[in-house]
Amino acid sequence: MKILVAIKRVVDFNVKVRVKADKTGIELANVKMSMNPFDEIAVEEAVRLKDAGKATEIVIVSIGPQAAQETIRTALAMGGDRGILVQTDAEVQPLAVAKALKAVVDKESPNLVVLGKQAIDDDSNQVGQMLAALLGWPQGTFASKVALEGDGIAVTREVDGGLETINLKLPAVVTTDLRLNEPRYASLPNIMKAKKKTIDTLAPDALGIDVAPRLTTLKVEEPAKRQGGVKVADVAALVDKLKNEAKVIG
Amino acid sequence: MTSLVLADHDNASLKASTLSAVTAAQQMGGDIHILVAGQGCGAVAQAAAKIPGVAKVLVADAAQYANALAEPLAALIVSLAGPYSHLVAPASSVGKNVMPRVAALLDVAQISDISAVVSADTFVRPIYAGNALATVQSKDAKKVVTVRGSTFDKAKTDGGSAAVENVNPAADPGLSTFVSQALSKSERPELTSARIVVSGGRGMGSGENFKIIEALADKLGAGVGASRAAVDAGFVPNDYQVGQTGKIVAPDLYIAVGISGAIQHLAGMKDSKVIVAINKDPEAPIFQVADYGLVGDLFQIVPELTKSL
Ligand SMILES: Cc1cc2nc3c(=O)[nH]c(=O)nc-3n(C[C@H](O)[C@H](O)[C@H](O)COP(=O)(O)OP(=O)(O)OC[C@H]3O[C@@H](n4cnc5c(N)ncnc54)[C@H](O)[C@@H]3O)c2cc1C
Repeated sequence: MKILVAIKRVVDFNVKVRVKADKTGIELANVKMSMNPFDEIAVEEAVRLKDAGKATEIVIVSIGPQAAQETIRTALAMGGDRGILVQTDAEVQPLAVAKALKAVVDKESPNLVVLGKQAIDDDSNQVGQMLAALLGWPQGTFASKVALEGDGIAVTREVDGGLETINLKLPAVVTTDLRLNEPRYASLPNIMKAKKKTIDTLAPDALGIDVAPRLTTLKVEEPAKRQGGVKVADVAALVDKLKNEAKVIG
Repeated sequence: MTSLVLADHDNASLKASTLSAVTAAQQMGGDIHILVAGQGCGAVAQAAAKIPGVAKVLVADAAQYANALAEPLAALIVSLAGPYSHLVAPASSVGKNVMPRVAALLDVAQISDISAVVSADTFVRPIYAGNALATVQSKDAKKVVTVRGSTFDKAKTDGGSAAVENVNPAADPGLSTFVSQALSKSERPELTSARIVVSGGRGMGSGENFKIIEALADKLGAGVGASRAAVDAGFVPNDYQVGQTGKIVAPDLYIAVGISGAIQHLAGMKDSKVIVAINKDPEAPIFQVADYGLVGDLFQIVPELTKSL
């Protein structure tokens, strides 16, 4: 079985982002970029399925600028077999990403597509569901456990009230939540090996898709800053403040 | 202009997140219809009909909607979408799962987790774990929107008398089946609608130690939450997680115990009215957002606090 994993290059999760003075977006110059953490979990899950003899090939796909090659390279070092970059410097919104991925899926015919549940930059949480819709496939989102069983896959999902397990017919789309696995660090030999793996580059045009944005960002602003408060000396002082100053307890 | 709001429910009762979504839809303008899709969900439809300002409640009562599986539910919403300008859902696990699927089937963008309505086609949404707010305008004919419950007031639950109408189920794509669920049971207020929330982090050290959090919560009539670290360590179930990828809460009072205050945690609670931090590290970033900070050992402070209330 062939697995396709979609990944995104994003601002590293440890970076405290700053809004640009002209309110057009986020300051990206000289900011550390990394693979979206949820996508690392997606790559890890695919590699584990391959290690367990359940998958034969892992194709890593990203849509983004030339620099996303590095991110693909990281996924190849974790255990991906080859990469595809749909290269564009334009803003690609979730629906357009899903269309690009659908075009790649049509060419590659994987049985399973695994993606992170959300990218930590735009926090949209859409692409997996949209891709499943465009393909007419079932979706198992927010997965904290997956198990291949015959011609289906059992997905345990993190939902508001706890956990839910569903069965999907293959082919299917799965999106990962934080507790699915703990991604490995690539070993040095594997990083060296990954340098020799192929990454094909495609233009969105070549896939015959329209990636024009549907949403216009009018402005990006900083949220109202919270005033840091005071430190209180002890429990009695805290209770007094909560009762008499903040008036949030009786 | 009419909005169709997807009700969030468990077939027995309507969830409060639906009421916030109704308020958001009101701000978008036009009439409001509510869709209740489920199985044996008549009581939910009756509750939805009582929300003031709702003109009509559509009920799709069929086995394929019993567990809100994405494929049949999206097919249903798409089959009903024709006359609607806005398709709105709470940003709950159901809304987040199904609305992007609906949007893609309609070939329109989806606007996730909005925190404000500027106009019928323009919305504010948090990005980068709430460290920035983007104002976005949709050029699509239909707006498919999910709503962050913590930033919209809840619509009233009585006074309305909407017409209740049954609608036909859509063809079931038959791609997935429900197997089981393991829901946390709790007598405490639900995290996202509790007036007070007490959350524990890695500093709690174990699930057993969470008892002191629960004792404090019960004294205050509060809901109980946790950081990702506490959930990952298995102290408490996943649905306790507050943050960028967990629940978003904005109670009157949030008490963070043994939580350092990572950006991803702050994303879920920094809109709380009053924040209290209890942490032994005076440099912990949580103190930068806390109105009242208490530096010290939580194992001493929390029981003392519980006793003094
Ligand atoms: C993609 C991504 C998404 C994430 N999403 C979330 C999310 O939704 N929610 C979330 O919470 N995190 C999230 N995280 C994780 C986040 O980055 C932090 O790792 C996490 O919030 C830390 O949890 P913590 O504060 O409990 O643990 P720590 O950072 O380890 O802090 C523990 C604190 O407890 C204090 N402490 C220890 N013992 C005591 C004691 N006896 N008395 C008093 N204080 C004590 C310590 O001083 C310390 O400040 C996410 C991370 C990533 C990468």
